[in-house]
Amino acid sequence: MKKQIQLVSIALFAFCMSVIAQENAGLKLPEGFKANLYANNIGGARHIAITKSGVVFAKLNNPNKEGNAIIRLEDANNDGVADKINGFAKFSGTGIFVKGNSLYASSNEAVFKYELNSKDEVVNPLTPLTIVSGLLDRRQHNSKSITFDMANNIYVNIGAYSNACQEKDRTPGSQGMMPCPILDSAGGIWKFDGTKENQTYKDGKRYATGLRNVLGLDWNTETNKLYVAQHGRDQLNSFYPNLYTDAQNAELPAETFYEINEGDNAGWPYVYYDPSQHKKIVSPEYGGDSKKEGSAEFKEPAVAFPAHMAPMAVLFYTGNQFPAKYKNGAFISFHGSWNRAPLPQEGFFVAFIPFKNGKATGEWEIFANGFAGTENGAKVTNTGKAKARPCGLAQGLDGSIYVSDDNKGAIFKISYSK
Amino acid sequence: MKNFSITVSINGFIKFALLFCFLVLTQWCNAQNKINGKKIFETRCLVCHQSDGGGVPNMNPPLDGATNVNGKDIARLVNIIRNGYDERVALDGMYYNNAMTANPDLKEDAIADVLTYVRNSWSNKAGAVTISQVKAALLKNKAVKK
Repeated sequence: MKKQIQLVSIALFAFCMSVIAQENAGLKLPEGFKANLYANNIGGARHIAITKSGVVFAKLNNPNKEGNAIIRLEDANNDGVADKINGFAKFSGTGIFVKGNSLYASSNEAVFKYELNSKDEVVNPLTPLTIVSGLLDRRQHNSKSITFDMANNIYVNIGAYSNACQEKDRTPGSQGMMPCPILDSAGGIWKFDGTKENQTYKDGKRYATGLRNVLGLDWNTETNKLYVAQHGRDQLNSFYPNLYTDAQNAELPAETFYEINEGDNAGWPYVYYDPSQHKKIVSPEYGGDSKKEGSAEFKEPAVAFPAHMAPMAVLFYTGNQFPAKYKNGAFISFHGSWNRAPLPQEGFFVAFIPFKNGKATGEWEIFANGFAGTENGAKVTNTGKAKARPCGLAQGLDGSIYVSDDNKGAIFKISYSK
Repeated sequence: MKNFSITVSINGFIKFALLFCFLVLTQWCNAQNKINGKKIFETRCLVCHQSDGGGVPNMNPPLDGATNVNGKDIARLVNIIRNGYDERVALDGMYYNNAMTANPDLKEDAIADVLTYVRNSWSNKAGAVTISQVKAALLKNKAVKK
Protein backbone atom coordinates (compact mmCIF):
# COMPACT_ATOMS: atom_id res chain seq x y z
CA MET A 1 0.00 0.00 0.00
CA LYS A 2 2.79 2.36 1.02
CA LYS A 3 4.58 1.55 -2.21
CA GLN A 4 1.45 2.30 -4.21
CA ILE A 5 1.08 5.69 -2.59
CA GLN A 6 4.72 6.36 -3.32
CA LEU A 7 4.28 5.39 -6.95
CA VAL A 8 1.14 7.50 -7.33
CA SER A 9 2.82 10.53 -5.79
CA ILE A 10 5.86 10.09 -8.04
CA ALA A 11 3.58 9.89 -11.08
CA LEU A 12 1.65 12.95 -9.91
CA PHE A 13 4.88 14.86 -9.37
CA ALA A 14 6.15 13.90 -12.84
CA PHE A 15 2.83 14.98 -14.35
CA CYS A 16 2.95 18.34 -12.55
CA MET A 17 6.55 18.87 -13.70
CA SER A 18 5.62 18.16 -17.30
CA VAL A 19 2.73 20.64 -17.10
CA ILE A 20 5.04 23.28 -15.61
CA ALA A 21 7.64 22.53 -18.28
CA GLN A 22 5.03 23.08 -20.97
CA GLU A 23 4.00 26.45 -19.58
CA ASN A 24 4.94 29.12 -22.15
CA ALA A 25 5.80 26.25 -24.52
CA GLY A 26 8.88 25.62 -22.39
CA LEU A 27 10.26 29.17 -22.84
CA LYS A 28 11.60 31.46 -20.15
CA LEU A 29 10.37 35.02 -20.69
CA PRO A 30 10.39 38.40 -18.93
CA GLU A 31 7.48 39.10 -16.59
CA GLY A 32 4.14 39.69 -18.28
CA PHE A 33 5.08 37.79 -21.44
CA LYS A 34 3.62 34.45 -22.41
CA ALA A 35 4.32 32.05 -25.25
CA ASN A 36 2.51 29.24 -27.00
CA LEU A 37 3.26 26.86 -29.84
CA TYR A 38 1.71 28.38 -32.96
CA ALA A 39 2.82 25.34 -34.98
CA ASN A 40 5.15 22.37 -34.58
CA ASN A 41 7.12 19.91 -36.72
CA ILE A 42 6.54 21.71 -40.02
CA GLY A 43 10.18 21.00 -41.02
CA GLY A 44 13.32 23.03 -40.21
CA ALA A 45 11.94 26.58 -40.54
CA ARG A 46 14.38 29.36 -41.39
CA HIS A 47 12.96 32.85 -41.94
CA ILE A 48 9.29 33.73 -41.51
CA ALA A 49 7.13 36.58 -42.79
CA ILE A 50 3.61 37.76 -41.95
CA THR A 51 1.06 39.26 -44.36
CA LYS A 52 -1.31 42.18 -43.80
CA SER A 53 -4.07 39.71 -42.81
CA GLY A 54 -1.84 37.80 -40.38
CA VAL A 55 -1.00 34.75 -42.50
CA VAL A 56 2.47 33.37 -41.66
CA PHE A 57 4.81 32.12 -44.39
CA ALA A 58 7.82 30.01 -43.33
CA LYS A 59 10.78 29.19 -45.59
CA LEU A 60 12.07 25.70 -44.84
CA ASN A 61 15.76 24.97 -45.11
CA ASN A 62 14.95 21.89 -47.24
CA PRO A 63 11.64 20.44 -48.49
CA ASN A 64 9.78 18.67 -45.66
CA LYS A 65 8.29 15.13 -45.71
CA GLU A 66 5.48 16.34 -47.97
CA GLY A 67 8.06 17.83 -50.36
CA ASN A 68 7.20 21.47 -49.61
CA ALA A 69 9.77 24.15 -48.82
CA ILE A 70 7.46 27.13 -48.22
CA ILE A 71 4.70 26.66 -45.65
CA ARG A 72 1.59 28.86 -45.38
CA LEU A 73 0.07 28.94 -41.88
CA GLU A 74 -3.20 30.55 -40.92
CA ASP A 75 -4.93 30.86 -37.56
CA ALA A 76 -8.50 31.02 -38.90
CA ASN A 77 -10.28 30.63 -35.55
CA ASN A 78 -7.96 33.17 -33.91
CA ASP A 79 -6.92 31.01 -30.93
CA GLY A 80 -3.20 31.66 -31.37
CA VAL A 81 -2.54 28.29 -33.01
CA ALA A 82 -2.27 27.73 -36.77
CA ASP A 83 -5.19 25.61 -37.98
CA LYS A 84 -4.84 25.87 -41.77
CA ILE A 85 -1.41 24.67 -42.89
CA ASN A 86 -0.31 23.90 -46.43
CA GLY A 87 2.80 24.24 -48.53
CA PHE A 88 4.38 24.62 -51.95
CA ALA A 89 7.80 25.18 -53.64
CA LYS A 90 10.60 22.61 -53.82
CA PHE A 91 13.75 24.71 -53.43
CA SER A 92 16.02 24.76 -50.37
CA GLY A 93 16.83 28.16 -48.91
CA THR A 94 16.35 30.63 -46.09
CA GLY A 95 14.94 34.03 -47.09
CA ILE A 96 11.28 35.06 -47.13
CA PHE A 97 9.70 38.52 -47.14
CA VAL A 98 6.23 39.97 -47.62
CA LYS A 99 6.02 43.31 -49.44
CA GLY A 100 2.43 44.44 -50.08
CA ASN A 101 0.74 41.77 -52.18
CA SER A 102 4.02 40.07 -53.08
CA LEU A 103 5.79 37.22 -51.35
CA TYR A 104 9.54 37.01 -51.98
CA ALA A 105 11.53 33.85 -51.21
CA SER A 106 15.15 32.93 -51.84
CA SER A 107 16.82 29.70 -52.85
CA ASN A 108 20.57 29.37 -52.32
CA GLU A 109 21.22 31.09 -55.67
CA ALA A 110 18.13 33.10 -56.60
CA VAL A 111 15.25 35.29 -55.40
CA PHE A 112 11.69 34.56 -56.54
CA LYS A 113 8.48 36.59 -56.33
CA TYR A 114 4.96 35.18 -55.80
CA GLU A 115 1.65 37.04 -55.95
CA LEU A 116 -0.89 36.96 -53.11
CA ASN A 117 -4.65 37.30 -53.62
CA SER A 118 -7.07 39.10 -51.31
CA LYS A 119 -7.04 36.12 -48.90
CA ASP A 120 -3.23 36.07 -48.91
CA GLU A 121 -3.18 32.82 -50.83
CA VAL A 122 -0.40 32.34 -53.36
CA VAL A 123 -1.76 32.77 -56.89
CA ASN A 124 1.23 31.29 -58.73
CA PRO A 125 2.84 28.63 -56.50
CA LEU A 126 4.38 26.83 -59.50
CA THR A 127 5.34 29.85 -61.59
CA PRO A 128 7.02 32.56 -59.52
CA LEU A 129 8.84 35.41 -61.25
CA THR A 130 12.62 35.25 -61.02
CA ILE A 131 13.90 38.54 -59.62
CA VAL A 132 17.58 37.63 -59.27
CA SER A 133 19.45 34.48 -60.28
CA GLY A 134 22.99 33.18 -60.67
CA LEU A 135 24.15 34.13 -57.17
CA LEU A 136 27.09 32.07 -55.93
CA ASP A 137 26.24 28.83 -54.13
CA ARG A 138 29.38 27.00 -53.06
CA ARG A 139 27.61 25.24 -50.18
CA GLN A 140 29.39 26.91 -47.29
CA HIS A 141 27.39 29.98 -46.14
CA ASN A 142 25.13 29.66 -49.17
CA SER A 143 21.84 30.89 -47.70
CA LYS A 144 20.57 34.15 -49.18
CA SER A 145 18.83 36.18 -46.50
CA ILE A 146 16.72 39.04 -47.85
CA THR A 147 15.13 42.29 -46.69
CA PHE A 148 13.70 45.46 -48.25
CA ASP A 149 14.23 49.15 -47.66
CA MET A 150 11.29 51.56 -47.56
CA ALA A 151 11.41 51.93 -51.35
CA ASN A 152 11.43 48.81 -53.52
CA ASN A 153 15.04 47.76 -53.20
CA ILE A 154 15.86 44.27 -52.05
CA TYR A 155 19.05 43.54 -50.07
CA VAL A 156 20.52 40.07 -50.44
CA ASN A 157 23.25 38.52 -48.31
CA ILE A 158 25.80 36.55 -50.32
CA GLY A 159 27.92 34.72 -47.74
CA ALA A 160 31.62 33.98 -48.22
CA TYR A 161 32.22 30.34 -49.20
CA SER A 162 35.15 30.21 -46.79
CA ASN A 163 36.11 30.55 -43.14
CA ALA A 164 38.91 33.08 -43.41
CA CYS A 165 39.76 33.32 -47.16
CA GLN A 166 42.75 30.98 -46.85
CA GLU A 167 44.33 29.65 -50.06
CA LYS A 168 43.00 26.29 -48.87
CA ASP A 169 39.89 26.67 -46.72
CA ARG A 170 40.12 25.41 -43.14
CA THR A 171 43.63 24.04 -43.61
CA PRO A 172 46.31 24.57 -40.96
CA GLY A 173 49.17 26.75 -42.19
CA SER A 174 47.37 27.98 -45.32
CA GLN A 175 47.79 31.76 -45.76
CA GLY A 176 45.02 34.28 -46.29
CA MET A 177 44.71 35.45 -49.91
CA MET A 178 45.57 39.13 -50.44
CA PRO A 179 43.38 40.74 -51.59
CA CYS A 180 40.66 38.21 -50.82
CA PRO A 181 39.18 37.34 -54.27
CA ILE A 182 35.95 36.05 -52.72
CA LEU A 183 34.84 39.62 -51.93
CA ASP A 184 34.13 40.40 -55.63
CA SER A 185 31.08 38.16 -55.65
CA ALA A 186 30.40 37.18 -52.02
CA GLY A 187 31.12 38.17 -48.43
CA GLY A 188 28.74 41.12 -48.50
CA ILE A 189 25.25 42.53 -49.07
CA TRP A 190 24.05 43.14 -52.62
CA LYS A 191 21.25 45.56 -53.56
CA PHE A 192 18.79 44.85 -56.39
CA ASP A 193 15.56 46.36 -57.70
CA GLY A 194 12.80 44.32 -56.08
CA THR A 195 10.37 45.01 -58.95
CA LYS A 196 12.61 44.02 -61.88
CA GLU A 197 12.75 40.50 -63.29
CA ASN A 198 15.76 38.42 -64.35
CA GLN A 199 18.55 40.38 -62.73
CA THR A 200 22.05 38.97 -62.21
CA TYR A 201 25.18 40.26 -60.46
CA LYS A 202 25.71 42.97 -63.11
CA ASP A 203 22.30 44.53 -62.40
CA GLY A 204 22.96 44.74 -58.67
CA LYS A 205 25.34 46.72 -56.54
CA ARG A 206 27.60 45.58 -53.74
CA TYR A 207 26.05 47.64 -50.92
CA ALA A 208 28.41 46.52 -48.14
CA THR A 209 31.42 44.22 -48.01
CA GLY A 210 33.73 42.46 -45.55
CA LEU A 211 30.83 40.52 -44.06
CA ARG A 212 31.64 36.81 -43.79
CA ASN A 213 28.04 35.62 -43.60
CA VAL A 214 24.88 37.47 -42.66
CA LEU A 215 21.74 35.54 -41.80
CA GLY A 216 19.97 38.28 -39.86
CA LEU A 217 19.28 41.61 -41.55
CA ASP A 218 16.44 44.11 -41.23
CA TRP A 219 15.65 47.66 -42.24
CA ASN A 220 15.19 50.11 -39.37
CA THR A 221 12.22 52.16 -40.62
CA GLU A 222 12.65 54.73 -37.85
CA THR A 223 16.12 55.78 -39.03
CA ASN A 224 15.91 54.44 -42.61
CA LYS A 225 19.03 52.28 -42.25
CA LEU A 226 20.06 48.68 -42.82
CA TYR A 227 21.23 46.58 -39.87
CA VAL A 228 23.00 43.26 -40.22
CA ALA A 229 24.36 40.58 -37.88
CA GLN A 230 27.49 38.70 -38.95
CA HIS A 231 28.54 35.13 -38.19
CA GLY A 232 32.14 35.49 -37.07
CA ARG A 233 34.93 33.17 -38.16
CA ASP A 234 35.62 29.74 -36.61
CA GLN A 235 38.51 27.64 -35.38
CA LEU A 236 41.19 30.08 -34.19
CA ASN A 237 42.47 27.45 -31.73
CA SER A 238 42.27 24.53 -34.20
CA PHE A 239 44.59 26.21 -36.71
CA TYR A 240 46.63 28.48 -34.41
CA PRO A 241 47.04 26.56 -31.15
CA ASN A 242 50.20 28.57 -30.40
CA LEU A 243 48.16 31.80 -30.40
CA TYR A 244 44.76 30.75 -29.02
CA THR A 245 43.68 28.31 -26.30
CA ASP A 246 40.37 26.39 -26.42
CA ALA A 247 39.00 28.84 -23.84
CA GLN A 248 40.06 31.87 -25.91
CA ASN A 249 38.54 30.39 -29.07
CA ALA A 250 35.26 29.92 -27.20
CA GLU A 251 35.11 33.72 -26.70
CA LEU A 252 36.65 34.85 -30.01
CA PRO A 253 35.66 36.55 -32.17
CA ALA A 254 32.47 38.42 -31.21
CA GLU A 255 29.32 37.91 -33.23
CA THR A 256 28.87 41.46 -34.49
CA PHE A 257 25.82 43.65 -35.19
CA TYR A 258 26.34 46.59 -37.55
CA GLU A 259 24.50 49.68 -38.69
CA ILE A 260 25.28 49.68 -42.41
CA ASN A 261 25.70 52.65 -44.74
CA GLU A 262 26.28 52.16 -48.45
CA GLY A 263 29.92 51.28 -49.14
CA ASP A 264 30.74 50.07 -45.62
CA ASN A 265 33.42 47.42 -45.10
CA ALA A 266 33.23 45.29 -41.95
CA GLY A 267 36.73 43.88 -42.47
CA TRP A 268 36.33 40.14 -43.06
CA PRO A 269 38.65 38.27 -43.66
CA TYR A 270 41.42 40.70 -42.69
CA VAL A 271 40.24 41.42 -39.14
CA TYR A 272 37.95 40.03 -36.47
CA TYR A 273 36.41 41.77 -33.46
CA ASP A 274 37.81 40.93 -30.02
CA PRO A 275 35.12 41.82 -27.46
CA SER A 276 37.46 41.82 -24.44
CA GLN A 277 40.04 44.15 -26.04
CA HIS A 278 37.23 46.13 -27.77
CA LYS A 279 39.37 46.12 -30.90
CA LYS A 280 39.49 44.88 -34.47
CA ILE A 281 42.37 42.41 -34.48
CA VAL A 282 44.33 41.27 -37.55
CA SER A 283 43.41 37.67 -38.48
CA PRO A 284 46.23 35.14 -37.97
CA GLU A 285 45.89 34.14 -41.66
CA TYR A 286 46.97 37.74 -42.45
CA GLY A 287 49.90 37.94 -40.05
CA GLY A 288 47.99 38.63 -36.84
CA ASP A 289 49.29 37.54 -33.45
CA SER A 290 46.02 37.91 -31.46
CA LYS A 291 47.02 41.47 -30.41
CA LYS A 292 47.98 43.44 -33.54
CA GLU A 293 45.24 45.96 -34.34
CA GLY A 294 43.65 46.10 -37.79
CA SER A 295 43.00 49.07 -40.05
CA ALA A 296 40.70 51.83 -38.78
CA GLU A 297 38.90 51.89 -42.17
CA PHE A 298 36.87 48.85 -41.10
CA LYS A 299 33.45 49.35 -39.55
CA GLU A 300 32.96 49.32 -35.77
CA PRO A 301 30.16 47.04 -34.58
CA ALA A 302 27.12 48.63 -32.93
CA VAL A 303 26.88 45.65 -30.56
CA ALA A 304 29.33 42.79 -29.89
CA PHE A 305 27.78 39.48 -28.80
CA PRO A 306 29.55 36.42 -27.37
CA ALA A 307 31.35 34.30 -29.96
CA HIS A 308 29.90 31.60 -32.22
CA MET A 309 26.25 31.94 -31.07
CA ALA A 310 25.10 32.27 -34.71
CA PRO A 311 22.73 35.24 -35.14
CA MET A 312 19.94 34.08 -37.48
CA ALA A 313 17.45 36.94 -37.77
CA VAL A 314 16.99 40.60 -36.80
CA LEU A 315 13.57 42.21 -36.22
CA PHE A 316 12.96 45.87 -35.43
CA TYR A 317 9.92 46.01 -33.18
CA THR A 318 7.38 48.57 -34.35
CA GLY A 319 4.34 47.20 -32.50
CA ASN A 320 2.42 48.64 -29.56
CA GLN A 321 1.65 45.47 -27.61
CA PHE A 322 5.00 45.15 -25.79
CA PRO A 323 6.15 47.63 -23.10
CA ALA A 324 7.49 50.98 -24.41
CA LYS A 325 11.17 50.05 -24.04
CA TYR A 326 10.87 47.53 -26.88
CA LYS A 327 9.55 50.03 -29.45
CA ASN A 328 12.06 50.59 -32.27
CA GLY A 329 14.58 48.32 -30.58
CA ALA A 330 15.75 45.11 -32.27
CA PHE A 331 15.17 41.47 -31.47
CA ILE A 332 17.88 39.09 -32.59
CA SER A 333 17.75 35.28 -32.62
CA PHE A 334 20.75 33.02 -31.99
CA HIS A 335 20.34 29.39 -33.01
CA GLY A 336 23.32 28.33 -30.94
CA SER A 337 27.03 27.63 -31.31
CA TRP A 338 29.07 24.53 -32.13
CA ASN A 339 32.57 25.98 -32.34
CA ARG A 340 32.77 26.58 -28.58
CA ALA A 341 33.50 22.85 -28.09
CA PRO A 342 35.12 21.37 -26.05
CA LEU A 343 33.60 24.09 -23.82
CA PRO A 344 29.79 24.21 -23.39
CA GLN A 345 27.78 25.84 -26.19
CA GLU A 346 26.03 29.24 -26.05
CA GLY A 347 23.06 30.88 -27.71
CA PHE A 348 19.76 29.06 -28.37
CA PHE A 349 17.86 32.23 -27.35
CA VAL A 350 16.30 35.44 -28.61
CA ALA A 351 17.97 38.61 -27.35
CA PHE A 352 16.82 42.22 -27.33
CA ILE A 353 18.97 45.20 -28.37
CA PRO A 354 17.70 48.47 -26.86
CA PHE A 355 17.86 51.59 -29.09
CA LYS A 356 17.94 55.21 -27.93
CA ASN A 357 17.43 58.10 -30.37
CA GLY A 358 17.82 55.72 -33.31
CA LYS A 359 21.12 54.19 -32.14
CA ALA A 360 21.91 50.91 -30.43
CA THR A 361 23.06 51.59 -26.88
CA GLY A 362 25.65 48.80 -27.11
CA GLU A 363 23.84 46.84 -24.41
CA TRP A 364 21.79 43.69 -24.95
CA GLU A 365 19.73 41.29 -22.87
CA ILE A 366 18.29 37.80 -23.22
CA PHE A 367 14.58 38.08 -24.07
CA ALA A 368 13.39 34.50 -24.64
CA ASN A 369 15.37 31.46 -23.54
CA GLY A 370 14.80 27.74 -23.08
CA PHE A 371 14.45 26.74 -26.74
CA ALA A 372 17.10 24.03 -26.34
CA GLY A 373 14.89 22.22 -23.81
CA THR A 374 17.71 21.17 -21.50
CA GLU A 375 16.92 20.14 -17.94
CA ASN A 376 16.80 23.09 -15.54
CA GLY A 377 18.15 25.32 -18.30
CA ALA A 378 21.55 23.56 -18.27
CA LYS A 379 24.02 24.53 -20.98
CA VAL A 380 23.98 22.61 -24.25
CA THR A 381 27.15 20.54 -24.64
CA ASN A 382 26.47 19.09 -28.07
CA THR A 383 24.62 21.23 -30.61
CA GLY A 384 22.73 18.31 -32.14
CA LYS A 385 20.98 17.68 -28.82
CA ALA A 386 19.23 21.09 -28.70
CA LYS A 387 15.50 20.50 -29.00
CA ALA A 388 14.69 23.72 -30.82
CA ARG A 389 17.02 26.31 -32.34
CA PRO A 390 15.49 29.80 -32.70
CA CYS A 391 15.88 31.19 -36.22
CA GLY A 392 13.26 33.36 -37.99
CA LEU A 393 11.55 36.36 -36.40
CA ALA A 394 8.40 38.22 -37.49
CA GLN A 395 5.94 40.64 -35.95
CA GLY A 396 2.24 39.74 -35.94
CA LEU A 397 -0.63 42.15 -36.60
CA ASP A 398 -1.42 42.44 -32.89
CA GLY A 399 2.21 43.19 -31.97
CA SER A 400 3.05 39.66 -30.82
CA ILE A 401 6.27 38.23 -32.20
CA TYR A 402 6.76 34.85 -33.85
CA VAL A 403 9.96 32.80 -33.58
CA SER A 404 10.68 29.84 -35.86
CA ASP A 405 12.90 26.85 -35.07
CA ASP A 406 15.18 25.51 -37.80
CA ASN A 407 15.62 22.11 -36.15
CA LYS A 408 12.24 20.33 -36.28
CA GLY A 409 10.18 23.36 -37.24
CA ALA A 410 8.27 24.72 -34.26
CA ILE A 411 6.84 28.25 -34.41
CA PHE A 412 6.46 30.04 -31.08
CA LYS A 413 4.14 33.00 -30.59
CA ILE A 414 5.21 35.41 -27.84
CA SER A 415 2.72 37.95 -26.49
CA TYR A 416 2.49 40.47 -23.68
CA SER A 417 -0.39 41.43 -21.44
CA LYS A 418 -0.35 43.69 -18.41
CA MET B 1 45.10 -44.76 -22.01
CA LYS B 2 44.91 -42.62 -18.93
CA ASN B 3 48.25 -40.98 -19.74
CA PHE B 4 47.14 -40.26 -23.27
CA SER B 5 44.01 -38.47 -22.16
CA ILE B 6 46.05 -36.35 -19.72
CA THR B 7 48.42 -35.40 -22.53
CA VAL B 8 45.47 -34.45 -24.68
CA SER B 9 44.01 -32.33 -21.95
CA ILE B 10 47.39 -30.69 -21.27
CA ASN B 11 47.71 -30.00 -24.98
CA GLY B 12 44.18 -28.68 -24.91
CA PHE B 13 44.99 -26.54 -21.91
CA ILE B 14 48.06 -25.02 -23.59
CA LYS B 15 46.04 -24.33 -26.71
CA PHE B 16 43.27 -22.82 -24.63
CA ALA B 17 45.75 -20.75 -22.61
CA LEU B 18 47.40 -19.50 -25.80
CA LEU B 19 44.06 -18.62 -27.31
CA PHE B 20 43.06 -16.92 -24.08
CA CYS B 21 46.28 -14.89 -24.02
CA PHE B 22 45.78 -13.98 -27.66
CA LEU B 23 42.24 -12.80 -27.02
CA VAL B 24 43.25 -10.80 -23.94
CA LEU B 25 46.12 -9.28 -25.88
CA THR B 26 43.93 -8.27 -28.83
CA GLN B 27 41.35 -6.85 -26.47
CA TRP B 28 44.08 -4.97 -24.67
CA CYS B 29 45.51 -3.72 -27.97
CA ASN B 30 42.05 -2.67 -29.11
CA ALA B 31 41.57 -0.83 -25.84
CA GLN B 32 44.97 0.86 -26.30
CA ASN B 33 44.01 1.77 -29.88
CA LYS B 34 40.75 3.17 -28.64
CA ILE B 35 42.50 5.27 -25.99
CA ASN B 36 44.91 6.65 -28.57
CA GLY B 37 42.02 7.11 -31.02
CA LYS B 38 40.08 9.07 -28.40
CA LYS B 39 43.03 11.45 -27.95
CA ILE B 40 43.20 12.06 -31.69
CA PHE B 41 39.43 12.51 -31.87
CA GLU B 42 39.50 15.09 -29.10
CA THR B 43 42.24 17.19 -30.69
CA ARG B 44 41.19 16.99 -34.33
CA CYS B 45 37.55 15.93 -34.72
CA LEU B 46 35.53 16.87 -31.64
CA VAL B 47 34.97 20.56 -32.41
CA CYS B 48 33.03 19.88 -35.60
CA HIS B 49 31.61 16.41 -34.91
CA GLN B 50 30.93 17.21 -31.20
CA SER B 51 31.79 15.12 -28.15
CA ASP B 52 28.70 12.92 -28.56
CA GLY B 53 29.50 12.33 -32.25
CA GLY B 54 26.17 13.99 -33.04
CA GLY B 55 27.58 16.56 -35.48
CA VAL B 56 25.92 19.91 -36.22
CA PRO B 57 22.66 20.02 -38.21
CA ASN B 58 23.14 21.18 -41.84
CA MET B 59 26.89 21.70 -41.35
CA ASN B 60 28.93 18.83 -39.93
CA PRO B 61 27.60 15.27 -40.32
CA PRO B 62 27.10 13.04 -37.28
CA LEU B 63 29.40 10.04 -36.69
CA ASP B 64 27.22 8.38 -34.07
CA GLY B 65 24.79 6.01 -35.75
CA ALA B 66 25.88 7.11 -39.23
CA THR B 67 25.50 4.28 -41.76
CA ASN B 68 28.67 5.32 -43.65
CA VAL B 69 30.80 5.33 -40.51
CA ASN B 70 29.55 1.90 -39.41
CA GLY B 71 29.61 0.49 -42.94
CA LYS B 72 32.05 -1.73 -44.81
CA ASP B 73 33.73 0.93 -46.98
CA ILE B 74 36.74 1.49 -44.73
CA ALA B 75 38.78 2.85 -47.67
CA ARG B 76 36.40 5.77 -48.10
CA LEU B 77 36.65 6.69 -44.42
CA VAL B 78 40.45 6.47 -44.49
CA ASN B 79 40.67 8.74 -47.51
CA ILE B 80 38.26 11.32 -46.06
CA ILE B 81 40.39 11.55 -42.91
CA ARG B 82 43.68 11.82 -44.82
CA ASN B 83 42.57 14.12 -47.67
CA GLY B 84 39.59 16.01 -46.25
CA TYR B 85 36.24 16.30 -47.96
CA ASP B 86 34.74 19.17 -49.89
CA GLU B 87 31.42 17.99 -51.24
CA ARG B 88 27.88 18.24 -49.96
CA VAL B 89 27.34 15.07 -47.91
CA ALA B 90 24.01 13.28 -48.09
CA LEU B 91 23.78 11.05 -45.05
CA ASP B 92 20.73 9.22 -43.73
CA GLY B 93 18.30 11.67 -45.34
CA MET B 94 20.06 14.87 -44.25
CA TYR B 95 22.53 17.19 -46.00
CA TYR B 96 25.74 18.68 -44.60
CA ASN B 97 27.63 21.57 -46.18
CA ASN B 98 30.91 22.25 -44.39
CA ALA B 99 34.24 21.25 -45.85
CA MET B 100 36.34 18.86 -43.77
CA THR B 101 39.98 19.65 -43.05
CA ALA B 102 42.58 17.24 -44.47
CA ASN B 103 45.00 15.48 -42.10
CA PRO B 104 48.07 14.90 -44.28
CA ASP B 105 50.29 14.51 -41.20
CA LEU B 106 48.20 11.75 -39.61
CA LYS B 107 50.12 8.42 -39.80
CA GLU B 108 48.56 5.08 -40.80
CA ASP B 109 48.41 3.75 -37.23
CA ALA B 110 46.81 6.99 -36.01
CA ILE B 111 44.14 6.81 -38.74
CA ALA B 112 43.44 3.19 -37.72
CA ASP B 113 43.18 4.22 -34.07
CA VAL B 114 40.84 7.14 -34.60
CA LEU B 115 38.60 5.07 -36.90
CA THR B 116 38.56 2.25 -34.35
CA TYR B 117 37.51 4.76 -31.69
CA VAL B 118 34.81 6.39 -33.83
CA ARG B 119 33.39 3.02 -34.98
CA ASN B 120 33.18 1.77 -31.38
CA SER B 121 31.96 4.82 -29.51
CA TRP B 122 28.52 6.14 -28.51
CA SER B 123 26.03 3.74 -30.09
CA ASN B 124 28.48 2.56 -32.77
CA LYS B 125 29.51 -1.12 -32.62
CA ALA B 126 31.35 -1.64 -35.91
CA GLY B 127 34.64 -3.52 -36.20
CA ALA B 128 38.09 -2.20 -35.40
CA VAL B 129 40.20 -0.86 -38.27
CA THR B 130 43.72 -2.26 -38.72
CA ILE B 131 46.87 -0.55 -39.97
CA SER B 132 46.98 -2.90 -42.96
CA GLN B 133 43.43 -1.84 -43.92
CA VAL B 134 44.53 1.80 -43.77
CA LYS B 135 47.65 1.08 -45.85
CA ALA B 136 45.61 -0.78 -48.45
CA ALA B 137 43.09 2.07 -48.64
CA LEU B 138 45.78 4.71 -49.15
CA LEU B 139 47.51 2.57 -51.82
CA LYS B 140 44.21 2.02 -53.60
CA ASN B 141 43.57 5.75 -53.59
CA LYS B 142 47.02 6.44 -55.07
CA ALA B 143 46.36 3.90 -57.81
CA VAL B 144 43.01 5.52 -58.62
CA LYS B 145 44.64 8.96 -58.78
CA LYS B 146 47.28 7.73 -61.26
